[in-house]
Amino acid sequence: MTSIEELKLRVRELENELIKCKQKRCTAMCAEQPADNNQPHQRTRIEKMSAEVVDSNPYSRLMALKRMGIVEDYEKIRTFTVAVVGVGGVGSVTAEMLTRCGIGKLLLFDYDKVELANMNRLFFQPHQAGLSKVEAAEHTLRSINPDVQFEIHNYNITTMSNFAHFMDRISHGALEEGKAVDLVLCCVDNFEARMAINAACNELGQIWMESGVSENAVSGHIQLIIPGETACFACAPPLVVAANIDEKTLKREGVCAASLPTTMGVVAGILVQNVLKYLLKFGTVSHYLGYNAMQDFFPTMAMKANPTCDDPHCKKQQENYKPKDVAKTPEELPAVHEDNDWGIELVSEQTDDELKAASGPVPDLPEGITVAYTIPGGNGASGETVEETEQSLEECVIIIVTQSCHLRLRCIVPCLRVLK
Amino acid sequence: MADDATRKAVSEIPLLKTNSGPRDKELWVQRLREEYLAPIKYVENNKAADNDWFRLESNKEGTRWFGKCWYIHDLLKYEFDIEFDIPVTYPTTAPEVAIPELDGKTAKMYRGGKICLTDHFKPLWARNVPKFGLAHLMALGLGPWLAVEIPDLISKGLITHREQQGS
Ligand SMILES: [Zn+2]
Repeated sequence: MTSIEELKLRVRELENELIKCKQKRCTAMCAEQPADNNQPHQRTRIEKMSAEVVDSNPYSRLMALKRMGIVEDYEKIRTFTVAVVGVGGVGSVTAEMLTRCGIGKLLLFDYDKVELANMNRLFFQPHQAGLSKVEAAEHTLRSINPDVQFEIHNYNITTMSNFAHFMDRISHGALEEGKAVDLVLCCVDNFEARMAINAACNELGQIWMESGVSENAVSGHIQLIIPGETACFACAPPLVVAANIDEKTLKREGVCAASLPTTMGVVAGILVQNVLKYLLKFGTVSHYLGYNAMQDFFPTMAMKANPTCDDPHCKKQQENYKPKDVAKTPEELPAVHEDNDWGIELVSEQTDDELKAASGPVPDLPEGITVAYTIPGGNGASGETVEETEQSLEECVIIIVTQSCHLRLRCIVPCLRVLK
Repeated sequence: MADDATRKAVSEIPLLKTNSGPRDKELWVQRLREEYLAPIKYVENNKAADNDWFRLESNKEGTRWFGKCWYIHDLLKYEFDIEFDIPVTYPTTAPEVAIPELDGKTAKMYRGGKICLTDHFKPLWARNVPKFGLAHLMALGLGPWLAVEIPDLISKGLITHREQQGS
Protein backbone atom coordinates (compact mmCIF):
# COMPACT_ATOMS: atom_id res chain seq x y z
CA MET A 1 0.00 0.00 0.00
CA THR A 2 1.12 3.50 -0.79
CA SER A 3 1.39 5.56 2.33
CA ILE A 4 0.51 9.27 2.53
CA GLU A 5 4.18 9.94 3.21
CA GLU A 6 5.23 8.25 -0.04
CA LEU A 7 2.63 10.20 -2.02
CA LYS A 8 3.82 13.48 -0.47
CA LEU A 9 7.37 12.61 -1.49
CA ARG A 10 6.23 11.90 -5.03
CA VAL A 11 4.44 15.30 -5.18
CA ARG A 12 7.63 17.05 -4.06
CA GLU A 13 9.63 15.20 -6.73
CA LEU A 14 7.19 16.26 -9.44
CA GLU A 15 7.27 19.85 -8.22
CA ASN A 16 11.06 19.87 -8.45
CA GLU A 17 10.92 18.48 -11.96
CA LEU A 18 8.48 21.21 -12.92
CA ILE A 19 10.85 23.91 -11.66
CA LYS A 20 13.69 22.36 -13.63
CA CYS A 21 11.59 22.35 -16.80
CA LYS A 22 10.66 25.99 -16.27
CA GLN A 23 14.31 26.95 -15.83
CA LYS A 24 15.31 25.06 -18.96
CA ARG A 25 12.60 26.76 -20.98
CA CYS A 26 13.67 30.14 -19.70
CA THR A 27 17.32 29.65 -20.69
CA ALA A 28 16.24 28.43 -24.12
CA MET A 29 14.13 31.54 -24.53
CA CYS A 30 16.92 33.80 -23.37
CA ALA A 31 19.20 32.24 -25.95
CA GLU A 32 16.62 32.67 -28.68
CA GLN A 33 15.69 36.24 -27.92
CA PRO A 34 18.76 38.03 -26.62
CA ALA A 35 17.43 41.33 -27.97
CA ASP A 36 14.33 41.21 -25.77
CA ASN A 37 14.67 44.12 -23.39
CA ASN A 38 12.37 42.49 -20.83
CA GLN A 39 15.04 39.94 -20.01
CA PRO A 40 16.69 40.74 -16.70
CA HIS A 41 20.24 40.67 -18.13
CA GLN A 42 19.50 43.23 -20.80
CA ARG A 43 20.82 46.69 -20.08
CA THR A 44 19.23 49.82 -21.44
CA ARG A 45 20.95 52.25 -23.74
CA ILE A 46 23.42 54.71 -22.27
CA GLU A 47 23.21 58.21 -23.66
CA LYS A 48 26.61 59.46 -22.56
CA MET A 49 29.76 57.47 -21.81
CA SER A 50 30.71 57.91 -18.18
CA ALA A 51 34.12 57.52 -16.59
CA GLU A 52 32.55 56.73 -13.22
CA VAL A 53 34.08 53.59 -11.76
CA VAL A 54 31.04 51.57 -10.67
CA ASP A 55 30.14 47.94 -11.36
CA SER A 56 27.20 48.98 -13.52
CA ASN A 57 29.21 51.13 -15.95
CA PRO A 58 30.26 49.06 -19.01
CA TYR A 59 32.61 51.80 -20.17
CA SER A 60 34.54 52.55 -16.96
CA ARG A 61 37.63 50.51 -17.93
CA LEU A 62 37.69 51.98 -21.42
CA MET A 63 37.30 55.52 -20.14
CA ALA A 64 40.22 54.82 -17.80
CA LEU A 65 42.42 54.93 -20.92
CA LYS A 66 41.69 58.64 -20.96
CA ARG A 67 42.54 59.12 -17.29
CA MET A 68 45.80 57.27 -17.81
CA GLY A 69 46.66 59.50 -20.74
CA ILE A 70 46.76 56.73 -23.36
CA VAL A 71 43.84 58.08 -25.32
CA GLU A 72 42.98 61.75 -25.44
CA ASP A 73 39.26 61.51 -26.13
CA TYR A 74 37.83 58.01 -25.77
CA GLU A 75 34.16 59.07 -26.14
CA LYS A 76 34.94 59.99 -29.72
CA ILE A 77 34.63 56.27 -30.50
CA ARG A 78 30.85 56.72 -30.49
CA THR A 79 31.03 59.02 -33.51
CA PHE A 80 32.72 56.47 -35.78
CA THR A 81 31.23 54.06 -38.28
CA VAL A 82 33.11 50.95 -39.35
CA ALA A 83 32.10 48.50 -42.09
CA VAL A 84 33.14 44.88 -41.54
CA VAL A 85 33.11 42.83 -44.73
CA GLY A 86 33.10 39.11 -43.99
CA VAL A 87 31.71 38.01 -40.62
CA GLY A 88 33.63 34.74 -40.32
CA GLY A 89 36.44 33.69 -38.02
CA VAL A 90 38.17 37.09 -38.05
CA GLY A 91 35.24 39.39 -38.89
CA SER A 92 32.90 38.19 -36.15
CA VAL A 93 35.52 38.64 -33.43
CA THR A 94 36.48 42.00 -34.91
CA ALA A 95 32.84 43.12 -34.78
CA GLU A 96 32.51 41.89 -31.18
CA MET A 97 35.62 43.81 -30.07
CA LEU A 98 34.40 47.00 -31.73
CA THR A 99 30.95 46.51 -30.17
CA ARG A 100 32.41 46.08 -26.69
CA CYS A 101 34.57 49.18 -27.27
CA GLY A 102 31.38 51.14 -27.95
CA ILE A 103 31.84 51.97 -31.64
CA GLY A 104 29.09 54.26 -33.03
CA LYS A 105 27.86 52.15 -35.90
CA LEU A 106 28.75 48.85 -37.53
CA LEU A 107 27.86 47.77 -41.04
CA LEU A 108 28.15 44.03 -41.51
CA PHE A 109 28.37 42.33 -44.91
CA ASP A 110 28.36 38.55 -45.44
CA TYR A 111 26.38 36.13 -47.61
CA ASP A 112 27.12 33.00 -45.62
CA LYS A 113 25.15 31.04 -43.03
CA VAL A 114 26.38 29.84 -39.63
CA GLU A 115 27.38 26.16 -39.85
CA LEU A 116 28.43 23.63 -37.25
CA ALA A 117 31.74 23.42 -39.15
CA ASN A 118 32.39 26.99 -37.93
CA MET A 119 32.36 25.95 -34.27
CA ASN A 120 36.14 25.59 -34.04
CA ARG A 121 36.16 29.40 -34.28
CA LEU A 122 35.04 32.02 -31.79
CA PHE A 123 31.79 33.99 -31.48
CA PHE A 124 29.02 31.93 -33.11
CA GLN A 125 27.15 29.28 -31.11
CA PRO A 126 25.70 25.93 -32.16
CA HIS A 127 22.09 27.06 -31.69
CA GLN A 128 22.67 29.73 -34.37
CA ALA A 129 23.40 27.15 -37.08
CA GLY A 130 21.34 27.87 -40.16
CA LEU A 131 20.92 31.58 -39.45
CA SER A 132 22.64 34.07 -41.73
CA LYS A 133 25.94 35.17 -40.18
CA VAL A 134 25.03 38.86 -40.25
CA GLU A 135 21.65 38.22 -38.61
CA ALA A 136 23.08 35.97 -35.90
CA ALA A 137 25.91 38.45 -35.29
CA GLU A 138 23.54 41.40 -34.95
CA HIS A 139 21.46 39.50 -32.36
CA THR A 140 24.45 38.70 -30.20
CA LEU A 141 26.17 42.06 -30.61
CA ARG A 142 23.06 44.07 -29.86
CA SER A 143 22.60 42.18 -26.61
CA ILE A 144 26.24 42.84 -25.69
CA ASN A 145 25.98 46.56 -26.38
CA PRO A 146 22.66 48.16 -27.30
CA ASP A 147 24.37 51.54 -27.77
CA VAL A 148 25.85 50.45 -31.09
CA GLN A 149 23.84 50.91 -34.28
CA PHE A 150 23.85 48.01 -36.71
CA GLU A 151 23.19 47.76 -40.41
CA ILE A 152 23.42 44.30 -41.93
CA HIS A 153 23.60 43.12 -45.53
CA ASN A 154 23.26 39.45 -46.37
CA TYR A 155 24.78 39.26 -49.86
CA ASN A 156 27.90 38.56 -51.90
CA ILE A 157 29.58 41.89 -52.66
CA THR A 158 31.41 40.63 -55.77
CA THR A 159 28.36 40.37 -58.04
CA MET A 160 27.30 43.33 -60.18
CA SER A 161 24.08 44.42 -58.46
CA ASN A 162 25.35 43.85 -54.92
CA PHE A 163 28.61 45.65 -55.62
CA ALA A 164 26.78 48.84 -56.61
CA HIS A 165 24.78 48.68 -53.37
CA PHE A 166 27.94 47.94 -51.38
CA MET A 167 29.67 51.02 -52.84
CA ASP A 168 26.60 53.09 -52.02
CA ARG A 169 26.51 51.98 -48.37
CA ILE A 170 30.27 52.51 -47.92
CA SER A 171 29.98 56.04 -49.25
CA HIS A 172 26.69 56.96 -47.52
CA GLY A 173 26.14 54.62 -44.58
CA ALA A 174 27.80 56.47 -41.68
CA LEU A 175 26.05 57.37 -38.42
CA GLU A 176 25.13 60.62 -40.08
CA GLU A 177 23.31 59.16 -43.09
CA GLY A 178 24.78 60.39 -46.37
CA LYS A 179 28.36 60.47 -45.10
CA ALA A 180 31.01 57.85 -45.87
CA VAL A 181 32.01 55.30 -43.26
CA ASP A 182 35.24 56.03 -41.38
CA LEU A 183 36.89 52.72 -42.12
CA VAL A 184 36.24 49.52 -44.06
CA LEU A 185 37.64 46.30 -42.63
CA CYS A 186 38.24 43.42 -44.98
CA CYS A 187 37.78 40.14 -43.11
CA VAL A 188 36.92 37.94 -46.08
CA ASP A 189 38.54 34.63 -46.91
CA ASN A 190 38.99 34.90 -50.66
CA PHE A 191 40.91 36.83 -53.29
CA GLU A 192 37.84 37.80 -55.34
CA ALA A 193 36.17 39.63 -52.44
CA ARG A 194 39.45 41.34 -51.48
CA MET A 195 39.87 42.63 -55.02
CA ALA A 196 36.25 43.83 -55.01
CA ILE A 197 36.80 45.77 -51.76
CA ASN A 198 40.04 47.12 -53.20
CA ALA A 199 38.27 48.28 -56.37
CA ALA A 200 35.49 49.96 -54.38
CA CYS A 201 37.86 51.72 -51.99
CA ASN A 202 40.21 52.88 -54.75
CA GLU A 203 37.26 54.33 -56.62
CA LEU A 204 35.80 56.02 -53.53
CA GLY A 205 39.12 57.05 -51.98
CA GLN A 206 38.01 55.11 -48.91
CA ILE A 207 40.65 54.18 -46.32
CA TRP A 208 40.47 50.50 -45.36
CA MET A 209 42.29 47.73 -43.59
CA GLU A 210 42.86 44.31 -45.04
CA SER A 211 43.29 41.23 -42.87
CA GLY A 212 43.89 37.61 -43.62
CA VAL A 213 44.78 34.22 -42.24
CA SER A 214 46.63 31.71 -44.42
CA GLU A 215 44.88 28.54 -45.56
CA ASN A 216 47.24 26.48 -43.41
CA ALA A 217 46.08 28.52 -40.38
CA VAL A 218 49.57 29.31 -39.08
CA SER A 219 50.16 32.81 -40.39
CA GLY A 220 48.20 35.99 -40.91
CA HIS A 221 48.51 39.70 -41.54
CA ILE A 222 46.83 43.09 -41.38
CA GLN A 223 47.44 45.99 -43.77
CA LEU A 224 46.35 49.64 -43.81
CA ILE A 225 45.46 50.87 -47.27
CA ILE A 226 45.18 54.60 -47.94
CA PRO A 227 44.26 54.89 -51.64
CA GLY A 228 46.94 56.76 -53.59
CA GLU A 229 49.36 56.74 -50.67
CA THR A 230 50.09 53.21 -49.50
CA ALA A 231 50.15 50.16 -51.76
CA CYS A 232 46.67 48.94 -52.65
CA PHE A 233 45.78 45.26 -52.83
CA ALA A 234 46.39 45.26 -56.58
CA CYS A 235 49.72 47.16 -56.43
CA ALA A 236 51.67 43.91 -55.96
CA PRO A 237 50.83 40.22 -56.06
CA PRO A 238 49.23 39.09 -52.77
CA LEU A 239 51.74 39.26 -49.92
CA VAL A 240 52.17 36.25 -47.72
CA VAL A 241 53.84 35.82 -44.37
CA ALA A 242 56.32 33.02 -44.81
CA ALA A 243 55.61 30.40 -42.18
CA ASN A 244 58.86 28.56 -42.98
CA ILE A 245 57.02 25.38 -43.80
CA ASP A 246 58.50 23.16 -46.46
CA GLU A 247 55.89 23.18 -49.23
CA LYS A 248 56.88 19.62 -50.02
CA THR A 249 55.67 18.40 -46.66
CA LEU A 250 52.47 20.43 -46.69
CA LYS A 251 49.68 18.01 -47.43
CA ARG A 252 46.60 19.23 -49.17
CA GLU A 253 44.86 15.93 -49.79
CA GLY A 254 41.17 16.18 -49.09
CA VAL A 255 41.02 19.73 -47.73
CA CYS A 256 40.61 23.26 -48.99
CA ALA A 257 41.65 25.14 -45.89
CA ALA A 258 42.41 24.68 -42.21
CA SER A 259 41.56 27.13 -39.43
CA LEU A 260 42.46 27.77 -35.82
CA PRO A 261 40.54 29.98 -33.37
CA THR A 262 43.87 31.14 -31.96
CA THR A 263 45.34 32.51 -35.20
CA MET A 264 42.01 34.10 -36.10
CA GLY A 265 41.72 35.64 -32.65
CA VAL A 266 45.28 37.03 -32.84
CA VAL A 267 44.65 38.54 -36.27
CA ALA A 268 41.30 40.03 -35.17
CA GLY A 269 43.10 41.44 -32.13
CA ILE A 270 45.90 43.14 -34.07
CA LEU A 271 43.36 44.38 -36.60
CA VAL A 272 41.10 46.05 -34.04
CA GLN A 273 44.12 47.37 -32.15
CA ASN A 274 45.19 49.11 -35.36
CA VAL A 275 41.64 50.37 -35.88
CA LEU A 276 41.51 51.88 -32.38
CA LYS A 277 44.93 53.49 -32.80
CA TYR A 278 43.91 54.90 -36.16
CA LEU A 279 40.51 56.22 -35.05
CA LEU A 280 41.44 57.44 -31.57
CA LYS A 281 44.90 58.64 -32.59
CA PHE A 282 47.26 56.91 -30.18
CA GLY A 283 50.44 54.90 -30.67
CA THR A 284 51.79 54.04 -34.11
CA VAL A 285 49.39 52.80 -36.75
CA SER A 286 50.89 49.81 -38.59
CA HIS A 287 50.93 49.85 -42.37
CA TYR A 288 51.58 46.13 -42.57
CA LEU A 289 51.91 43.73 -39.68
CA GLY A 290 52.44 40.02 -40.26
CA TYR A 291 52.04 37.14 -37.84
CA ASN A 292 54.02 33.93 -38.23
CA ALA A 293 52.59 31.54 -35.65
CA MET A 294 55.23 28.86 -36.21
CA GLN A 295 58.12 31.05 -35.05
CA ASP A 296 56.12 33.76 -33.25
CA PHE A 297 57.51 36.38 -35.56
CA PHE A 298 55.75 39.67 -36.39
CA PRO A 299 57.31 41.26 -39.49
CA THR A 300 56.30 44.86 -40.25
CA MET A 301 56.78 47.12 -43.24
CA ALA A 302 55.29 49.97 -45.23
CA MET A 303 54.81 49.94 -48.96
CA LYS A 304 54.12 52.85 -51.32
CA ALA A 305 51.50 52.67 -54.04
CA ASN A 306 52.81 51.23 -57.32
CA PRO A 307 52.79 53.83 -60.16
CA THR A 308 52.17 50.99 -62.62
CA CYS A 309 49.30 49.43 -60.64
CA ASP A 310 46.71 47.64 -62.81
CA ASP A 311 43.82 49.43 -61.11
CA PRO A 312 43.23 52.75 -62.96
CA HIS A 313 41.53 54.21 -59.88
CA CYS A 314 44.65 53.48 -57.82
CA LYS A 315 46.68 55.49 -60.33
CA LYS A 316 44.15 58.32 -60.24
CA GLN A 317 44.32 58.41 -56.44
CA GLN A 318 48.11 58.51 -56.66
CA GLU A 319 47.90 61.61 -58.86
CA ASN A 320 45.63 63.28 -56.32
CA TYR A 321 47.83 62.34 -53.41
CA LYS A 322 50.41 64.91 -52.42
CA PRO A 323 52.67 63.84 -49.58
CA LYS A 324 51.90 66.30 -46.80
CA ASP A 325 54.82 65.67 -44.54
CA VAL A 326 57.59 63.61 -46.08
CA ALA A 327 59.59 63.41 -42.88
CA LYS A 328 56.67 61.83 -41.04
CA THR A 329 56.26 58.79 -43.26
CA PRO A 330 58.10 55.71 -42.01
CA GLU A 331 60.77 54.19 -44.22
CA GLU A 332 58.86 53.08 -47.24
CA LEU A 333 59.84 50.51 -49.76
CA PRO A 334 59.41 50.86 -53.49
CA ALA A 335 56.47 48.69 -54.53
CA VAL A 336 58.38 46.74 -57.15
CA HIS A 337 62.04 45.87 -57.31
CA GLU A 338 63.53 44.37 -60.45
CA ASP A 339 65.93 41.99 -58.75
CA ASN A 340 64.43 38.66 -58.01
CA ASP A 341 66.14 36.77 -55.28
CA TRP A 342 62.96 35.28 -53.95
CA GLY A 343 61.86 32.97 -56.71
CA ILE A 344 58.55 31.28 -56.42
CA GLU A 345 58.29 29.35 -53.22
CA LEU A 346 55.42 27.25 -54.50
CA VAL A 347 57.41 25.86 -57.34
CA SER A 348 59.73 22.93 -57.20
CA GLU A 349 60.98 20.30 -59.65
CA GLN A 350 61.78 22.72 -62.42
CA THR A 351 64.88 23.98 -64.16
CA ASP A 352 66.42 27.37 -63.45
CA ASP A 353 65.46 28.55 -66.92
CA GLU A 354 61.88 27.57 -66.32
CA LEU A 355 61.92 29.32 -62.98
CA LYS A 356 63.39 32.46 -64.53
CA ALA A 357 60.85 32.46 -67.31
CA ALA A 358 58.02 31.96 -64.85
CA SER A 359 59.18 34.62 -62.38
CA GLY A 360 58.48 38.29 -62.52
CA PRO A 361 59.72 41.26 -60.52
CA VAL A 362 59.02 41.03 -56.81
CA PRO A 363 58.64 43.79 -54.26
CA ASP A 364 61.67 44.42 -52.09
CA LEU A 365 60.29 42.90 -48.91
CA PRO A 366 61.68 42.52 -45.40
CA GLU A 367 62.51 39.15 -43.92
CA GLY A 368 59.48 36.98 -43.33
CA ILE A 369 57.21 38.49 -45.99
CA THR A 370 57.02 37.30 -49.57
CA VAL A 371 54.54 37.27 -52.45
CA ALA A 372 52.12 34.46 -53.22
CA TYR A 373 53.34 34.51 -56.82
CA THR A 374 55.00 36.82 -59.32
CA ILE A 375 53.90 38.13 -62.68
CA PRO A 376 56.55 37.96 -65.42
CA GLY A 377 57.17 41.11 -67.45
CA GLY A 378 56.17 39.37 -70.67
CA ASN A 379 52.82 38.75 -69.01
CA GLY A 380 51.93 35.17 -69.71
CA ALA A 381 50.65 33.56 -72.82
CA SER A 382 51.07 35.06 -76.23
CA GLY A 383 49.84 33.79 -79.55
CA GLU A 384 46.61 33.25 -81.32
CA THR A 385 43.85 35.57 -80.19
CA VAL A 386 40.19 35.41 -80.92
CA GLU A 387 40.53 37.26 -84.18
CA GLU A 388 43.86 36.04 -85.53
CA THR A 389 43.45 32.53 -86.79
CA GLU A 390 45.75 32.06 -89.77
CA GLN A 391 49.17 32.25 -88.12
CA SER A 392 51.15 29.15 -87.42
CA LEU A 393 52.43 28.73 -83.94
CA GLU A 394 55.36 27.29 -82.19
CA GLU A 395 54.61 25.91 -78.82
CA CYS A 396 56.86 26.74 -75.98
CA VAL A 397 55.27 25.42 -72.88
CA ILE A 398 56.68 25.87 -69.46
CA ILE A 399 55.73 23.20 -67.06
CA ILE A 400 55.56 23.97 -63.39
CA VAL A 401 55.27 20.92 -61.25
CA THR A 402 54.86 20.99 -57.58
CA GLN A 403 54.61 18.13 -55.23
CA SER A 404 52.06 19.82 -53.05
CA CYS A 405 49.63 20.09 -55.92
CA HIS A 406 46.61 18.37 -54.46
CA LEU A 407 45.08 17.63 -57.83
CA ARG A 408 48.19 15.64 -58.73
CA LEU A 409 48.44 17.25 -62.13
CA ARG A 410 50.94 19.38 -63.91
CA CYS A 411 50.03 23.00 -64.03
CA ILE A 412 51.01 24.67 -67.22
CA VAL A 413 51.88 28.11 -68.41
CA PRO A 414 51.20 28.10 -72.10
CA CYS A 415 53.57 30.51 -73.75
CA LEU A 416 52.99 30.48 -77.46
CA ARG A 417 55.26 32.39 -79.80
CA VAL A 418 54.06 33.51 -83.19
CA LEU A 419 56.33 32.32 -86.02
CA LYS A 420 56.87 34.23 -89.23
CA MET B 1 48.46 12.13 -66.54
CA ALA B 2 45.99 14.46 -68.16
CA ASP B 3 48.48 17.24 -68.69
CA ASP B 4 49.59 16.56 -72.25
CA ALA B 5 46.02 16.65 -73.43
CA THR B 6 45.20 19.67 -71.28
CA ARG B 7 48.30 21.51 -72.43
CA LYS B 8 47.48 20.91 -76.06
CA ALA B 9 43.84 21.87 -75.57
CA VAL B 10 44.75 25.11 -73.76
CA SER B 11 47.30 26.07 -76.40
CA GLU B 12 44.57 25.83 -79.01
CA ILE B 13 42.11 28.10 -77.22
CA PRO B 14 42.18 31.59 -78.73
CA LEU B 15 43.48 34.25 -76.36
CA LEU B 16 41.32 37.24 -75.47
CA LYS B 17 42.32 40.82 -76.15
CA THR B 18 39.96 43.22 -74.42
CA ASN B 19 40.82 43.97 -70.82
CA SER B 20 37.37 44.81 -69.59
CA GLY B 21 35.00 43.76 -66.84
CA PRO B 22 31.22 43.82 -66.40
CA ARG B 23 31.32 47.34 -64.96
CA ASP B 24 32.64 48.79 -68.22
CA LYS B 25 29.69 49.32 -70.50
CA GLU B 26 30.86 49.25 -74.13
CA LEU B 27 34.19 47.54 -73.62
CA TRP B 28 32.44 44.75 -71.75
CA VAL B 29 30.28 44.05 -74.80
CA GLN B 30 33.49 43.72 -76.80
CA ARG B 31 34.98 41.39 -74.19
CA LEU B 32 31.75 39.41 -74.08
CA ARG B 33 31.98 38.81 -77.81
CA GLU B 34 35.46 37.36 -77.27
CA GLU B 35 34.17 35.37 -74.30
CA TYR B 36 31.74 33.65 -76.63
CA LEU B 37 34.19 33.15 -79.50
CA ALA B 38 36.86 31.44 -77.41
CA PRO B 39 34.62 28.70 -75.93
CA ILE B 40 33.01 28.14 -79.35
CA LYS B 41 36.45 27.34 -80.75
CA TYR B 42 37.33 25.26 -77.69
CA VAL B 43 34.12 23.22 -77.94
CA GLU B 44 34.76 22.69 -81.67
CA ASN B 45 38.27 21.46 -80.88
CA ASN B 46 36.90 19.19 -78.17
CA LYS B 47 34.35 17.72 -80.54
CA ALA B 48 37.05 17.12 -83.15
CA ALA B 49 39.13 15.34 -80.52
CA ASP B 50 36.08 13.34 -79.41
CA ASN B 51 36.25 15.00 -76.02
CA ASP B 52 33.21 17.23 -75.88
CA TRP B 53 32.63 17.86 -72.20
CA PHE B 54 30.79 21.10 -71.42
CA ARG B 55 28.31 23.71 -72.59
CA LEU B 56 28.03 27.28 -71.35
CA GLU B 57 25.51 30.07 -71.79
CA SER B 58 24.90 33.38 -70.08
CA ASN B 59 22.21 35.88 -69.23
CA LYS B 60 21.79 38.89 -71.50
CA GLU B 61 24.33 41.02 -69.63
CA GLY B 62 26.87 38.22 -69.59
CA THR B 63 27.22 38.53 -65.83
CA ARG B 64 25.76 35.16 -64.87
CA TRP B 65 26.75 31.95 -66.62
CA PHE B 66 25.30 28.48 -66.41
CA GLY B 67 25.53 25.25 -68.31
CA LYS B 68 26.41 21.60 -68.05
CA CYS B 69 29.51 19.53 -67.90
CA TRP B 70 29.87 15.83 -68.18
CA TYR B 71 32.44 13.26 -67.28
CA ILE B 72 32.82 9.74 -68.64
CA HIS B 73 33.86 7.11 -66.11
CA ASP B 74 33.90 3.39 -66.91
CA LEU B 75 31.91 4.10 -70.07
CA LEU B 76 29.17 5.82 -68.09
CA LYS B 77 28.36 9.48 -68.55
CA TYR B 78 27.88 11.64 -65.45
CA GLU B 79 26.31 15.04 -66.04
CA PHE B 80 26.32 18.06 -63.72
CA ASP B 81 24.85 21.54 -63.83
CA ILE B 82 27.40 24.30 -63.43
CA GLU B 83 26.96 28.00 -62.67
CA PHE B 84 28.97 31.07 -61.76
CA ASP B 85 28.78 34.85 -61.58
CA ILE B 86 31.26 37.12 -63.28
CA PRO B 87 32.88 39.01 -60.38
CA VAL B 88 33.03 42.81 -60.66
CA THR B 89 36.82 42.53 -60.75
CA TYR B 90 36.82 40.17 -63.76
CA PRO B 91 39.08 39.48 -65.66
CA THR B 92 41.62 40.31 -62.93
CA THR B 93 40.00 37.63 -60.79
CA ALA B 94 38.58 34.44 -62.24
CA PRO B 95 34.96 33.46 -61.53
CA GLU B 96 34.32 30.75 -58.95
CA VAL B 97 32.70 27.83 -60.73
CA ALA B 98 30.04 26.02 -58.72
CA ILE B 99 28.48 22.57 -59.06
CA PRO B 100 25.63 23.04 -56.56
CA GLU B 101 24.49 19.40 -56.57
CA LEU B 102 27.87 18.27 -55.23
CA ASP B 103 27.85 20.76 -52.33
CA GLY B 104 28.70 18.96 -49.12
CA LYS B 105 29.92 15.81 -50.84
CA THR B 106 33.60 16.69 -51.09
CA ALA B 107 36.03 18.70 -49.03
CA LYS B 108 37.44 20.12 -52.27
CA MET B 109 34.62 22.60 -52.33
CA TYR B 110 33.76 25.87 -50.68
CA ARG B 111 30.23 26.74 -49.53
CA GLY B 112 27.62 26.76 -52.25
CA GLY B 113 29.41 24.04 -54.19
CA LYS B 114 32.21 26.28 -55.45
CA ILE B 115 35.08 24.12 -56.59
CA CYS B 116 38.41 24.49 -54.81
CA LEU B 117 41.12 25.09 -57.40
CA THR B 118 44.79 24.28 -57.06
CA ASP B 119 47.40 26.67 -55.71
CA HIS B 120 48.62 27.05 -59.24
CA PHE B 121 45.45 28.19 -60.89
CA LYS B 122 45.47 31.69 -59.41
CA PRO B 123 49.10 32.53 -60.29
CA LEU B 124 48.52 31.11 -63.73
CA TRP B 125 45.39 33.20 -64.19
CA ALA B 126 47.07 36.33 -62.78
CA ARG B 127 49.95 36.00 -65.23
CA ASN B 128 47.60 35.80 -68.15
CA VAL B 129 45.22 38.68 -67.48
CA PRO B 130 43.43 39.64 -69.74
CA LYS B 131 44.31 36.91 -72.24
CA PHE B 132 42.64 34.09 -70.39
CA GLY B 133 38.86 33.89 -70.49
CA LEU B 134 36.09 31.52 -69.53
CA ALA B 135 37.27 28.81 -71.95
CA HIS B 136 40.61 28.76 -70.12
CA LEU B 137 38.75 28.63 -66.82
CA MET B 138 36.98 25.51 -68.04
CA ALA B 139 40.15 23.88 -69.40
CA LEU B 140 42.48 24.69 -66.49
CA GLY B 141 40.00 24.94 -63.61
CA LEU B 142 36.91 22.80 -63.97
CA GLY B 143 38.35 20.10 -66.26
CA PRO B 144 41.22 19.03 -63.98
CA TRP B 145 38.93 19.25 -60.94
CA LEU B 146 36.41 16.87 -62.49
CA ALA B 147 39.19 14.50 -63.55
CA VAL B 148 40.33 14.07 -59.96
CA GLU B 149 37.16 14.51 -57.93
CA ILE B 150 34.51 12.67 -59.94
CA PRO B 151 36.23 9.23 -59.97
CA ASP B 152 36.86 9.71 -56.25
CA LEU B 153 33.22 10.58 -55.55
CA ILE B 154 32.06 7.60 -57.63
CA SER B 155 34.40 5.22 -55.80
CA LYS B 156 33.05 6.48 -52.48
CA GLY B 157 29.49 5.94 -53.69
CA LEU B 158 28.68 9.62 -53.21
CA ILE B 159 27.46 9.95 -56.78
CA THR B 160 25.72 7.26 -58.73
CA HIS B 161 24.96 7.01 -62.41
CA ARG B 162 21.49 8.07 -63.45
CA GLU B 163 20.17 5.42 -65.87
CA GLN B 164 18.21 7.81 -68.07
CA GLN B 165 21.35 9.73 -68.98
CA GLY B 166 22.68 7.14 -71.43
CA SER B 167 26.36 6.59 -71.87
ZN1 LIG C 1 47.32 49.96 -56.58
